[in-house]
Amino acid sequence: MFRFLIGRLALLVPTFLGVTIVAFGFIRLLPGDPVLLLAGERGITEERYNQLMEQFGFSRPIWEQYFDYLVGLLQGDLGTSIVTKKPVVTEFFTLFPATAELALCAIILAVAIGIPAGIFAAVKRGSFFDQTIMGTALIGYSMPIFWWGLLLIILFSGILQWTPVSGRISLMFFFPQPTGFMLIDSLLSGQKGAFASAARHLILPAIVLATIPLAVIARQTRSAMLEVLGEDYVRTARAKGLTPFRVVGMHALRNALIPVITTIGLQVGVLLAGAILTETIFSWPGIGKWMVDSIARRDYPVVQGGLLMIAAIVMVVNLTVDLLYGLVNPRIRHN
Amino acid sequence: MIIRRTMKIALMGVSLAMFAVSAASAKTLVYCSEGSPEGFDTALYTAGTTFDASSKPVYNRLVEFKRGTTEVIPGLAESWSVSEDGLEYTFNLRKGVKFHSVDGFAPTRDFNADDVIYSFGRQLDKDHAWHSYTAGASWEYFNGMSMPDLLKEIVKVDDYTVKFVLNRPEAPMLANLAMDFASVLSAEYADTLEADGKMEMMNQVPVGTGPFQFVGYQKDAVIRYQAFADYWGGKQPIDNLIFAITTDASVRLQKLKAGECHVAPYPAPADIADIKADANLTLMEQEGLNVGYLAYNTQMAPFDNPKVRKALNMAINKQAILDAVFQGAGQAAKNPIPPTMWSYNKAIEDDAFDPEAAKKMLEEAGVTDLKMKIWAMPVQRPYNPNARRMAEVIQADFAKVGVEVEIVSYEWGEYLKRSKETDRDGAVLLGWTGDNGDPDNFLAVLLGCDGVGGSNRAQWCHQPFEDLIQKAKTIADKGERTKLYEEAQVIFKEQAPWATIAHSVVFMPMSTKVSGYVMDPLGGHWFDGVDIAE
Repeated sequence: MFRFLIGRLALLVPTFLGVTIVAFGFIRLLPGDPVLLLAGERGITEERYNQLMEQFGFSRPIWEQYFDYLVGLLQGDLGTSIVTKKPVVTEFFTLFPATAELALCAIILAVAIGIPAGIFAAVKRGSFFDQTIMGTALIGYSMPIFWWGLLLIILFSGILQWTPVSGRISLMFFFPQPTGFMLIDSLLSGQKGAFASAARHLILPAIVLATIPLAVIARQTRSAMLEVLGEDYVRTARAKGLTPFRVVGMHALRNALIPVITTIGLQVGVLLAGAILTETIFSWPGIGKWMVDSIARRDYPVVQGGLLMIAAIVMVVNLTVDLLYGLVNPRIRHN
Repeated sequence: MIIRRTMKIALMGVSLAMFAVSAASAKTLVYCSEGSPEGFDTALYTAGTTFDASSKPVYNRLVEFKRGTTEVIPGLAESWSVSEDGLEYTFNLRKGVKFHSVDGFAPTRDFNADDVIYSFGRQLDKDHAWHSYTAGASWEYFNGMSMPDLLKEIVKVDDYTVKFVLNRPEAPMLANLAMDFASVLSAEYADTLEADGKMEMMNQVPVGTGPFQFVGYQKDAVIRYQAFADYWGGKQPIDNLIFAITTDASVRLQKLKAGECHVAPYPAPADIADIKADANLTLMEQEGLNVGYLAYNTQMAPFDNPKVRKALNMAINKQAILDAVFQGAGQAAKNPIPPTMWSYNKAIEDDAFDPEAAKKMLEEAGVTDLKMKIWAMPVQRPYNPNARRMAEVIQADFAKVGVEVEIVSYEWGEYLKRSKETDRDGAVLLGWTGDNGDPDNFLAVLLGCDGVGGSNRAQWCHQPFEDLIQKAKTIADKGERTKLYEEAQVIFKEQAPWATIAHSVVFMPMSTKVSGYVMDPLGGHWFDGVDIAE
């Protein structure tokens, strides 16, 4: 297990280095640069343009900029935003809790509904329920997030007025946020109604963000369960007279969960990508919206720093998933 | 470290709790702003969204624009005088003006000349301790308005008198000083931050003399302000002002309808009818101080011939563009300045839409089988909400007079860069929104000889026009300047370096509970004097 862990960690180093090259190169491949966008229609003299490019360090050879970037990284410095003039690390950790809270709620929702739905569809294979669940999953998977979000807002916030339109909490509540997680901070604040308000604000964005992962998890669970339910040991268990609940819940599900866990792990990347649109619709102050704005402004340090941090999170989550296999299925122990 | 952090959170908690208590029992106006401010030190930025959140609620300037107009009125300067040669502007400062207090800073003195010297000195003087106080600090508006070339020195005559000495006469100088970059900051606050080694806080926690004092900013989510009790302009009708950052126009409208905000700018054109039909909403509208145009490259054949440009202008059906692109929220432009600007020449007649005559004129000019490019901007702007669509309409119009158009577009930064090149091919769609309400800000910037290869996208340098606008710049008398600009517009129309397309109409939806809101022709959003019914 230890050797496996070391091996995986060692593999992370070249992967991480690769990500730095992609993150650094990607934004520079796009036409335009931050100084031109800063000037806008007003324009800028060539002299001033050159001055600013030099001030931001963009006039130096690209390899030199990359090398400096790597040196900064080793010291934990992701650079400073050209626009807000704040360190990228500070901005990231200010916004990340909002994204993490939303993504966590979305994945919990997706797993809590997706796995039982998949199991049910597999057990009742070919039935009306199976067709309905899988049909709904397909629609969910194909749903344009922006349109879906607006639709829910118009229905639940506009017409029915059950949920707030956007934001993380009612503007009436104002308290320190030591953790950045609104559900926790609202509880810590002790203000009456704050937690309920934060929870109500989470409902629609969590549903929207969970839609695609839920569909994928439900479909994956169904197909994994169908495969396992056809195995000899399941037939044996049934022959032994075990209750259907024990056969499905204890014997089949545990083995079927392995590909499902892989899928859940991979959904973290999907969630972070989905967060970009969800955060924009629901005015959710997270890293997705931050990245989109920064790409539009060609804020090089933010884009490369943000990409790197997101990639690091995805890598860590996937490593954790690999380690979890062993817990779920003793046959996959990394000796 | 932990103790300090805990204490900081506890202190913050107390101030936040005070705000929350007051918010619960006080009048709070919520503005659904369209984006996040880049920072709170206004002079570092050029975006209107940043100005709305910083200079307008928090700061004042020596002179201000009278709300709803571009007329310059006293601000922190009670009065001023201009020397006969137009080179010296002496300002008499208002006494008894208080600065805001924030965590870690309580002002010990009132506003005085030192604050003016500090606010401009840091932008002008490269050796000033605050010139590069934060990473990548640049003073782009100050530079863009040519202030470094214009300002010779700023002199403190006494505590309440400041003199600006110029290198050359500049009639729009007063209007320039009413702009956002000319906001006055506290020199005492700067000294405190410098002594504490926290200079970057100037861009994060602003201290000004304005109607609202900054309370807190939760990045990309909410900005909170409180009415400043000691504001020299008097107490505000509302107690709290909140900016709820909501980037999507449809979501802003839903929030407005749900009562989650009271004012929401920049509605989607498709929602206008819906807003008008809602009994709980008011829709204010105003002609924008802008112009959208198609600039020919007047240095390249056949566009170097005014007859060709005139003929092409006559081929454009502006009404079709207003219907298809502006969806009725615009008016046809005949001059390079908008009708709300002083010196607008009403007497000028627009080129008639006459494809037959246009075709004939092109033949007379020896232009047949013309193929040209039209550049369509990749972004939305108030003066052009859909450049691609506009280009398509013009493409169809030009086809009727035998001109074949290829539509091209580039990424925005590239577009701006390439469209400046003097050997650029074809005609460029672009536009301009006024900075200070002065005609010079349109005519000299967009059509002056200095702008060729830069902001003058027509690459048009016509000496009779240039002489008029340069002369107008040096004259203080508004009546005389008006005559010169009117004459310049006549020359512009004859020479036709652009096809002037449209001036947009700006809409501002708000709750019927809101009163006292005045739309700003310069596009800013101000909340002093605004009230909300409980």
